[in-house]
Amino acid sequence: MKPAVKRIIFFAALIVFWELGSRFELWHETILPSPISVYDSLVAGFADMTLVYDLIASFRRLLIGLVAAVIIGTGVGILLARSKTADETLGTLVLALQSVPSIVWLPLAMMWFGLGEGSIIFVVILGGTFVMILNVRTGIKNVDPLFIKAARTMGSNGLDLFVKVIIPASVPYFVTGARLAWAFAWRALMAGELLSSGPGLGYTLRYASDFGNMSLVIGVMIIIGVVGAIVDLMIFQRIEKNVLKRWGLET
Amino acid sequence: MFIEAKQINKVYFDKNNQPNTVLKDIDLSIQKGEFVSILGPSGCGKSTLLSMIAGLVPPTSGEIIVDGKKVVKPGKDRGMVFQQAALFPWMNVTENVMFPLRKEMSKKVGQERAHHFLKMVQLSNYPSHYPHELSGGMQQRVSIARSLAMDPAVLLMDEPFGALDEQTRSRLHGQLEEIWIDTKKTIVFVTHSISESIKLSDRIIVMGTRPGTILTDITVDIPRPREQHRQKIAALEEQIMALLKTEIDKVIDEEQAYEAGS
Repeated sequence: MKPAVKRIIFFAALIVFWELGSRFELWHETILPSPISVYDSLVAGFADMTLVYDLIASFRRLLIGLVAAVIIGTGVGILLARSKTADETLGTLVLALQSVPSIVWLPLAMMWFGLGEGSIIFVVILGGTFVMILNVRTGIKNVDPLFIKAARTMGSNGLDLFVKVIIPASVPYFVTGARLAWAFAWRALMAGELLSSGPGLGYTLRYASDFGNMSLVIGVMIIIGVVGAIVDLMIFQRIEKNVLKRWGLET
Repeated sequence: MFIEAKQINKVYFDKNNQPNTVLKDIDLSIQKGEFVSILGPSGCGKSTLLSMIAGLVPPTSGEIIVDGKKVVKPGKDRGMVFQQAALFPWMNVTENVMFPLRKEMSKKVGQERAHHFLKMVQLSNYPSHYPHELSGGMQQRVSIARSLAMDPAVLLMDEPFGALDEQTRSRLHGQLEEIWIDTKKTIVFVTHSISESIKLSDRIIVMGTRPGTILTDITVDIPRPREQHRQKIAALEEQIMALLKTEIDKVIDEEQAYEAGS
């Protein structure tokens, strides 16, 4: 059986169980609304465009934050890989900060950037930057010494060696870094939006919760999960697979 | 002399800061156009010596002179082929061969040159393939073409066929011999295979181990193509085998002593 078929059967069974449970009142509608009412609230949300605007707003923040995170992460990652002193000082700070969930920066960010876009984007950037830094650093440090030796015997050294050999050789790590940065940034974005003003998927989720609209809460959760899975599968895993294949790291 | 190694010594310091002599008092001269094999058991420092000629590893003392100039760093006058092809996976075959040329000539001239050398290794039908699409033998031929394309005075080869299967290796021996006859390059070829060294080279430098020294310098006086002189090959093989046996025993004894002591 094809994986796609297995998946369809699995999700269909899950939804049927969920719907039957609601029909036979194994749980109350206010605790866990039925799939049909979740579906209705999703349709209503898309019909009056609120969810569309939410998606656009969330993606805008995510895109700005992710691009900034990848650029900063690449820059700092290269610095850490090339400078031993930077690695021993700034590198330790990066490791420490990486273990701090980026949402805990929100109170400070609100003091610095106000209650709007600025602080959410700041949190998204923090969410993606550290994992990008660490991957870029590892990638550059792990370049096969044979590539460097071979390039040197062909007259390459210094900046030319770095730009033409070391950077391209570490591209697989850059791609993995970007993929993880996206995953962290997406989580940070949702957390940030839950705690600030809209529009945005996270904001709508909290708004729905305040009004006791649990079917919309579940609907938004489903959107968040589906978007996350689609971007990961369709974009990042695909790029990663191609790169790994081309770079000969996967057969 | 075209390549000259004078009183080369190489000492590494291990983890406990104990000196470990890899090469001791190496003196070696190679003439222009010669095909010289450096043969020895593993750990005799033959690859280190080759890396020194390439300029990748500095000697602890002594100096190496190539074409009248002291070797201080790698240069395009000395092409090197490693045991692994070391092709850049993000470049296709032509781009790989053009890598050492890109600064000296226009793209068009570089492409023509790449094509010429790919033809020499019989891979001109694969210009746009990526390394992961090629077999190990094909990759190694691209690597040879890449070294030849920069027109080095010397081709340094570090067990270039060691990772290939027997049939492929034998075919590549033939191709390399032809290339050498066509291009008249000086080739320094590191190997641990006695038959490979007899098949290919004018001279065989036999090295011993712990510390790495030159045991003997044999001129291979067998007319090419050599397949037709099996008896002479066999006789020379036996002679070298006897010489190396004491060396290999030395390695085994040392390893056993180490294991007994640990």
